[in-house]
Amino acid sequence: MSHHIVEARDLAHVYPDGHEAIRGITFRIAHGESVGVIGPNGAGKSTLLLHLNGCLLPSRGEVRVGEFPVTRETSPQVRRAVGMVFQDPDDQLFMPTVLDDVAFGPLNYGLAPGEARQRAVAALERVGMANLQEQTPYRLSAGEKRAVAIATILAMTPDIVVMDEPSSNLDPRGRRRLIELLKSFEHTRIIATHDLELVLEVCSRVILLDAGSVVTEGPAADVMNDESLMLKHGLERPHSLRHKHPH
Amino acid sequence: MDEFGAMDSPAHRLDARAKAVATIAFIVAVMSFPPYELSGLAPFVIYPVVLLALSGIPPAFILRKVLIAAPFAICIGLFNPLFDRHPVVLPGGLVVAGGWISFASILFRFALTVSAALVWVASSGMHRLCAGLERIGAPRAFVVQLLFLHRYLFVVADEGLRMRRAMDLRSAGARGPSLRVYGSITGHLLLRALDRAHRVYAAMRARGFDGRVRALRETESRIGDAAFVVCWIAFFAIARKWNLAEALGAWITGGAR
Repeated sequence: MSHHIVEARDLAHVYPDGHEAIRGITFRIAHGESVGVIGPNGAGKSTLLLHLNGCLLPSRGEVRVGEFPVTRETSPQVRRAVGMVFQDPDDQLFMPTVLDDVAFGPLNYGLAPGEARQRAVAALERVGMANLQEQTPYRLSAGEKRAVAIATILAMTPDIVVMDEPSSNLDPRGRRRLIELLKSFEHTRIIATHDLELVLEVCSRVILLDAGSVVTEGPAADVMNDESLMLKHGLERPHSLRHKHPH
Repeated sequence: MDEFGAMDSPAHRLDARAKAVATIAFIVAVMSFPPYELSGLAPFVIYPVVLLALSGIPPAFILRKVLIAAPFAICIGLFNPLFDRHPVVLPGGLVVAGGWISFASILFRFALTVSAALVWVASSGMHRLCAGLERIGAPRAFVVQLLFLHRYLFVVADEGLRMRRAMDLRSAGARGPSLRVYGSITGHLLLRALDRAHRVYAAMRARGFDGRVRALRETESRIGDAAFVVCWIAFFAIARKWNLAEALGAWITGGAR
């Protein structure tokens, strides 16, 4: 895949219980862009993200990653290109040791054990967790788990990184490290979160969702500076946009 | 158990397959003795003791775990002394009911097999143990299940503990919860576990899982591993065929019997 463009066209998803979580979403995210997906609880953010690597398949419309539409058949290639960091790192870290976990993806994609180990160590170094290689994931702190979960994705050398609430449960230091890490990525980044300050620092553009539809999209600071719009959709104008003067 | 699995010792360095084969052979040999056997079982103590000594795992740890499981064996053998009352003469001239002998034999076998299995698991670590099982031909689905059971048991237990605590805080000092409340908690726990299983599976698929868990460290067998298996199996066969304890006793007392 030469062009890592993520595109949704009239995307809709109806859950088996009849709940229509997203209804007709259209957007286009260019290569290397960093985009925040914001909106109140139940807006459809997580459902949308699960479509980006084929964990869920659309009831209507389509998602395209590069030249591929995301379908059951293309999902192995798509999953290699789109790394997803889930909301609860405990769901993502299931192997007996940190190193095994980070090497899980590379081994599945056919790398030799030696090469997979190198990749895993490099990914752990990238997130600053190389010293935890032999630890059991279950025993790590929330911040360490998050960092290791990100390393499991980096080890697969994806072009696009998708994250669901990456800063939840992190202490301020952990959150700061996460923000610096995200800023340093050259990947296309799609981040769903309520942490609007994080969006301001990391994302150039936001997509505002509510009730399963796109309300608006545009430059992060412009959209989030509209106080009445933000309040109408269960959000807030970020503190740092209210006070332009230095503290 | 996990900390011990990560240790390094001669027992840990053995191929997990070698330990699996030797331990399974051990269990089969111990279980194949007739119900009244006691002295013939004695030499089998050597296997768990040697493995334990090689592994550097504190014996008290294994002993505690064996005691925790002991009630099961006691339940199984409990009725033997009641139902099996035919008299047996012990070496000291004491006469007891045959049921007592078979009861003791059950407890002895239980202690032997459980301690051997525990030392095997503790000196391998769950992931090496599972990799070893898979490579001696255990069904893959079973091995993956075992691995995940071990990983998520604690997560689900934690969740149950938190729910229990939340319930206690709102139950106004009542002793135990009613059956209805227990049912609801169990149901919620099951639903949450199902949800989590879905999420874990999605996360695995997202990283290319295809039904096989690949290990980073493929251990290759060495001569030492093969020797370990061959020597122990030979020993089990000899100890099963001839009563070594009696033979030793006869040899010490100069065969005067």
